[in-house]
Formats: sequence, structure tokens, C-alpha cells
Amino acid sequence: MNRILEVRGLSRIYGPGCPHCVDTTGPEADTNLCPHCGSIVAIHDVSFDLFEGEILGVMGESGSGKSTVVKALYFDQAPTGGEAIFFDGDTQHELFALNAARQRWLRNHRFGMVYQNPHLGLNFNISAGGNIAERLLMSDLMDYGAIRERAKALLARTEVLLSRVDDLPKHFSGGMQQRVQIAKALATQPPLLFLDEVTTGLDLSVQARILDLILEIQQELKTAMVVVTHDLGVIRLLTGRAIVMKYGRVIETGLTDQILEDPQHAYTQRLVASAL
Amino acid sequence: MNAMPHTTRGSAYNFGFLDEYAKKEIRRAVLKAIAIPGYQVPYASREMPMGRGFGTGGLQLTLALIGPGEVVKVIDQGSDDSVNAVNLRQFIEMTCPGIATTTKTAESTLTQSRHRIPEQPLTAAQILVLQVPYPDPLVVVEPSEDKRKVMHGEADYSRLLVKLYEDIVQFDEITISHRYPTRINGHYVIDPSPIPRWDVPRLNDAAALTLFGAGREKKIYAVPPHTRAEPLAFSDVPFRVEDFRDAAGRRRACARCGCTDSFLDEFVGDAGSKTYQCSDSDWCDEQLLQAEHAQGEPA
Repeated sequence: MNRILEVRGLSRIYGPGCPHCVDTTGPEADTNLCPHCGSIVAIHDVSFDLFEGEILGVMGESGSGKSTVVKALYFDQAPTGGEAIFFDGDTQHELFALNAARQRWLRNHRFGMVYQNPHLGLNFNISAGGNIAERLLMSDLMDYGAIRERAKALLARTEVLLSRVDDLPKHFSGGMQQRVQIAKALATQPPLLFLDEVTTGLDLSVQARILDLILEIQQELKTAMVVVTHDLGVIRLLTGRAIVMKYGRVIETGLTDQILEDPQHAYTQRLVASAL
Repeated sequence: MNAMPHTTRGSAYNFGFLDEYAKKEIRRAVLKAIAIPGYQVPYASREMPMGRGFGTGGLQLTLALIGPGEVVKVIDQGSDDSVNAVNLRQFIEMTCPGIATTTKTAESTLTQSRHRIPEQPLTAAQILVLQVPYPDPLVVVEPSEDKRKVMHGEADYSRLLVKLYEDIVQFDEITISHRYPTRINGHYVIDPSPIPRWDVPRLNDAAALTLFGAGREKKIYAVPPHTRAEPLAFSDVPFRVEDFRDAAGRRRACARCGCTDSFLDEFVGDAGSKTYQCSDSDWCDEQLLQAEHAQGEPA
């Protein structure tokens, strides 16, 4: 299997930071707030690999730094330390060493992101088709007819009614907004997709259909995905491997089945037990 | 610096109203604007004895560039005789003694214009100054100036194109009538001031230097001579200018001079009848004059 992403020692500290930040925070210290300088260690020393066509789960409770990891990798927030290498065919990109224009290029052409809150991923003042067009235009497709065709095909694939392609997403239900977001993320057929709590807040039947859709897409397009969630059901259904985070640190990593059936870390044990 | 104050006789004001330091700053901004085609150069827009929005940006450019022997033409929506043009011309005459003013495009060396480019193509010896209310085309899609600057720097104009996409979806065509976003020299997209679409292609590869001054927004930018100016469009939905054909498909002619290849203004009569006339009054006069000459010549 080919590696697509290699993350090493990723860190993000909010605040001034001091030499004690790292030692005085984490799962052992039971906090992510540095008592010396008041900085928040959102994530520290997060490392993992992602392979082609694989779905990696990132789980943990609120504030454990799960979202910060994908936001850093999607260039929404710059990390304070660490590196990540994206393997794109024969070329390698060291993500955080690239200039802003190159980062934007990668983001538009090679990555996709689906946020928990559709407000972050969609522009609610332009139509569903326009949202997808935006991403296609960002990737330098300049033909109106082709953009239109592609937007319709994507919305059909994500089971959004074609008669609503020119409606504003603010008039859509939560599940449909999420579908439009997925269609937008897939517009450029990116090899790497980030999903940040995509099903949180949706009712169960809609959740199930969205998860089905994600699995189908993964099988069709062989897209590698990083799935952030606190929902163990989602982890079990989607992912092959998972990492468990607490207070910004990775406390456990391995095959999903293994983690869920035989959790090693005390926190993971509690997490798995509490879900039943 | 030899900023000799050459005040106008009998008045406390400097030649050109602005002090020499202000002119120097504006000229530097102009040089930078020419060096980076389409880039909005910030400058310290001076307080002028008229309201912001009355063409103070264009006027400051004109006053900074004006020199002895200059022949200045001021137009407002193509007309030399409308209020804005007359007032600005009188102000220039008053503060710049020794220069000449004209209404003839061919005679002018410096033309300040509000919302039109003269019909007669300008030459390399002429400069066109356009008054700009809103310099940044991205303001409709991004409220933060910081972010707009990054977007300009990275030539990230996809969100402007989304606007065009939405227009075509809703109305089957692009509905921007003026201030059409135009890409200069393959990078920066400018707001070419509220000129009609008709005038946009005339910025492309023009022989004359075109300068844009936004007084309230404190920005100067330029389309240097022989520079590419491409209106944003899709590859399969090309940019097009105003269509002056009537219901029968014939090109409407100016009711006054009969010209069929100029930008026309529409006048609605009392009975609801519509007449069309050249927007550029000097062009219209020229056409009439030429027709007279042609008639006067023996057959």
C-alpha cells in the first residue's frame, strides 16, 4: 500500500507558550491548560500515517484536539510545530513548508473537507450548484457547461434532488446540507478527504444514509479519509484504523476492531464501556 | 528636494492646488501602479474643496500630473457640459493658470473622465484619468480588506466567477452592466470604474495610459499602454458588450449624428417614445462636422 500522508510531531499551542507547557499538560496531568503561562496545548506530538484508500478514525472527547488535527492539515489553522508530508503520485509536499499560494492550491485541488457545521463548508448565499462551482472554479475549470454538468452529477451522486440544484442551501434540511458539502468536497475528486464530525446533530436514519454514502464513495473512488468523531458507531462502521486522543495527545492507536474490543488505555476502556 | 512653491499669482494656493509634496507622493503612487499593472496602490488621499465622491481621486491625479502646456479635457458620462465636468474643469482652470482646456478629445493631452472612455481611440501621447468610487472588485464577495489583499496577491478570483455563474443560472446571462471585473496583465483583477461594458474591451492593448483614482478609498491603479485587459468570463459564455440592435435586428443609430458604432444613451420622451443618441458628446459633434464637410465638397 502506498502512503498518502505522513504526520510527525504535530503540535498546536494557543497562547504565549512556556518551557513547562508540554510537561504540565496531557492525560497524566488531566488538563490541557498550562498552569505556568495559561496556554492551551490543543495538540502535542501527534503522529500517524495514512495509506491510499484507507479511512483513519480520530476519536476522543470534546476538547481532545481531534478537530485541531484536521484543521491544521487542511490549512485552516497553522500548527506551532511538527511536519506533515503529502504524497501525491510521484511528488511529495511538505505541507507546512509550502507558501500560502501552494497551500491554497493543494487545498483546492487535492484535499476535501466536510465540516460538522455546514456554515463553515458552504456559502449559504449562493446556490447549491454555485457552491460546487466555486470549488471547480478554484481548480481552474473555466467552462460553464462543464461546471454545470459536473455539479449536477455530483449532487445526483450524493442524492440531492436535481430540481434543487439552484436553491440556496439555507433552505435545505441538515442532512441535505451535509450532502451538498460532501458533493462540494468531492468536486475535484481529491485523493484525500477530511471529515469533521459529519453526522453529529443529524437524526439516526439520515446519519445512516450519509455514512453509507461515504462508504460507497470510498469504495468507488478509493479516497483516503481522516474521520474525526466522538461517535464510536461511526468509528466502527467506517474506519479500519483509529487513534484515540485525550488532552491533545494520542493515547492509543491501532486497528479499530482491536481498540474497540480490547482497549488498552484506561481512558479508552472507559470510552468504549460508556458507549454501551 | 527642490519643492519650489510656485504659487499662482494673486492667490495663496500652489499651482494645481495641491502642495508639491502631495503631488510627489501621488506621482510615486502612479509610478508604482504602472509598474504593477492592476495593483491598487494605497496613497494619502488629500482633502479637496469638494465632497468625496465628486471625483476627488481623479482630480488629485489630474492635478499631480498637470504641467505647463497641458491641454485638459474633463468629461462626465461622455459629456463635457454636465455639472460634474463643468465644475471640475473650472476648478482646474482656476488653480492651474497657464494650462488650456478643451472639449475635443483629439486635442487633449490629459482627459479626466467619469464613467466613460472617449469613443475616439486615445494615442500614446494622451493620458486618461478615471474617477473611481469602489476600487476593489472583491468587496462584493469578501468584506475583510486583509483577506482581499491576500486574495489579490494569490490571484484568487474564483468567488467573483461564482457570482457570474449564479447570474447565468438565474438570468441566462451575466448581468453586470458596469464596473465589469477585468483581469489586467494576467494577474490582478480590477474594478475598471463604472464604465459600461462597451468600454471594457477598449482598455485592452490601448495605446494610452489609463489611471484610476479613488479619492474616498485612497487607492490608485493603472492600466499601462499595450497591456492585456481581459473581462472575466467563462470559456463557453464569452463576455459581450451592450447590444444596440432594435427588435428587427438593425443596429440603432444616433438620432443626432447617425453614428452606428458608438455607445448610445437612451432618452425617453413624454409620450414614452425612445430616442438614442451618442453618449460621447464630442464624438457626436465630430461626426456631424465630418458629415458637413463631406456634403460641402463638390461631387
